[in-house]
Amino acid sequence: MTDASTLQPFPGPENFRGNASTSAKRYRAFSFSRIYAITTNTVTELTRLKVFYVLLVFALVLIGSSIFMAQFSFQQEFQILKDVSLGAISIFTSLLAIVATARLLPQDMEDRTVYTILAKPVPRFEYVLGKIAGVLLLLAISTLVMAAAFVLVLYMREQAVVNAIARQMSGAPADQVADALRVVRSSAFNIDIVPGIIIIYLKACLLAALTLFVSTFATSNIFTIVVMAFIYFIGHLEATAREYWLQEHSSGLLARVFLAVVALLFPDLQAFNLMDDIVAGTAISLTLFAKTAALGVFYTVIYTLLAAFVFYGKEL
Amino acid sequence: MMRGLVALAVLIVVGTVKLPVEHNLAALHRQEHFRGVEFNLDLREKIGQLGFIAALSGFRAIVADALFIQVYSAWENTEWGRMLLLFRHITTLQPRVLLFWDTAAWHMAWNASVAAMNDQKQPRLALRVKAQREYFALGKDFLERGIKNNPDRPELYEALARLYKEKYKDHERASEFYAKAADLPGAAPWDKRFSAYELSYCEGREREAYERLRSLYDEGEKERLPTLIKRLKFLEDKVGIRLEQRIPDKQK
Repeated sequence: MTDASTLQPFPGPENFRGNASTSAKRYRAFSFSRIYAITTNTVTELTRLKVFYVLLVFALVLIGSSIFMAQFSFQQEFQILKDVSLGAISIFTSLLAIVATARLLPQDMEDRTVYTILAKPVPRFEYVLGKIAGVLLLLAISTLVMAAAFVLVLYMREQAVVNAIARQMSGAPADQVADALRVVRSSAFNIDIVPGIIIIYLKACLLAALTLFVSTFATSNIFTIVVMAFIYFIGHLEATAREYWLQEHSSGLLARVFLAVVALLFPDLQAFNLMDDIVAGTAISLTLFAKTAALGVFYTVIYTLLAAFVFYGKEL
Repeated sequence: MMRGLVALAVLIVVGTVKLPVEHNLAALHRQEHFRGVEFNLDLREKIGQLGFIAALSGFRAIVADALFIQVYSAWENTEWGRMLLLFRHITTLQPRVLLFWDTAAWHMAWNASVAAMNDQKQPRLALRVKAQREYFALGKDFLERGIKNNPDRPELYEALARLYKEKYKDHERASEFYAKAADLPGAAPWDKRFSAYELSYCEGREREAYERLRSLYDEGEKERLPTLIKRLKFLEDKVGIRLEQRIPDKQK
């Protein structure tokens, strides 16, 4: 038997208004907390991937193996150590960006996680944004780890050479010793390497966003990876195609159309390959760094937006 | 399908917007000595298909280092011709790395030239001398091309000055290149002094050399090194400087 006092009154217009306003307060069209939840979930999911650990360990081994270049002079050793380590960071961040991102959407569809998430009031844009943010966070962590390992190895080698020289020149005048040590230190760490590493990271971000865009219309992650491998090489040729297209007018129509397609549709990945020259001693100006970084951010944003746009129309 | 076409259209629009931006950025890169390597058929023939692809993908430093390690083993086997070829590839790939230009020149002008001069298989001295001079020229060529690619850095000017001094015994040219190095930022503090020393060996330019050494001497105790004083004394006698204008003897 039901007590009349426990019965709830049928909601009148006022009550309806009250409920509606409460639910409007609870649900927001754009929520950072929802994106944050998807981001952390993506990072957790990606760190469980064995491929991620293999890449990281391989990168660290490669950096560590550079120590054994003892047969060279210290300038040659530092040069090779920096080239190999920074090259490894560049390779592994790019690989990680492509491989990790390529599997995000297909895996979620295969596991049916995407249906569970999108059945809740989560807009697809937030889902895409959360996913890409997770990859970018993972890339940032791995770039930082690799960069830290590289700096540590370089510092240890520098200290070993400094100690050896200080021992050898123990009887020499102080200014000569100081000169010799200055040469060693200037051959080792160069502060311009830091913006160089940031540019490597931004290139990886661009590749991750582009991979996400490709994966929105791809049918499998293998397809995405293969397409991205082509895009990677074409992207490095884009500058050549662009210059040729803009300057050379004598080539045939077909060639010009092809060059135009390459120049317009692909990002200029050569613009992000500054590290070789930075290691060689070329100073990077603030203007150049800012413009290159802005181009990287621009591409990342555009490809993410396009990925979200295509994903909105995708039948799930 | 419709969304795909819209995305393609957006990409084309974005492409037209980014085209001038990328073009200007590439120009800025070149202006600031980035993107110094031109990827063409000549480079591909030199370093092979695989190396070319790796270099094109942004790993030309690693390709250059791999070739440099090959140089090391070629050196152990005294394969000078192979070393020359490898160094040409390396410096093409990494024109901004001074170390490669300098090492290439050193191997050619110092090691290969001595090996050519001591070549037991060649009984004729004239031919050994000819081979030695050719290796000097190869070393000089590496340094000159290195300077052309790095006109803003003093190290290769110094190396070329050393080569002129030690191998060609051309003190005038050595002085000229030490002076050029001294004018650049980051030059070694002794470049100016070395330029004056070399000039002091040049017949007919003793007065100029004296003035430069004297001005260095007048800069203070730090510049009053034994060699400088010795050369200055020599020039005072040679130029005929009056006794009251000469540096004091106690500095000897």
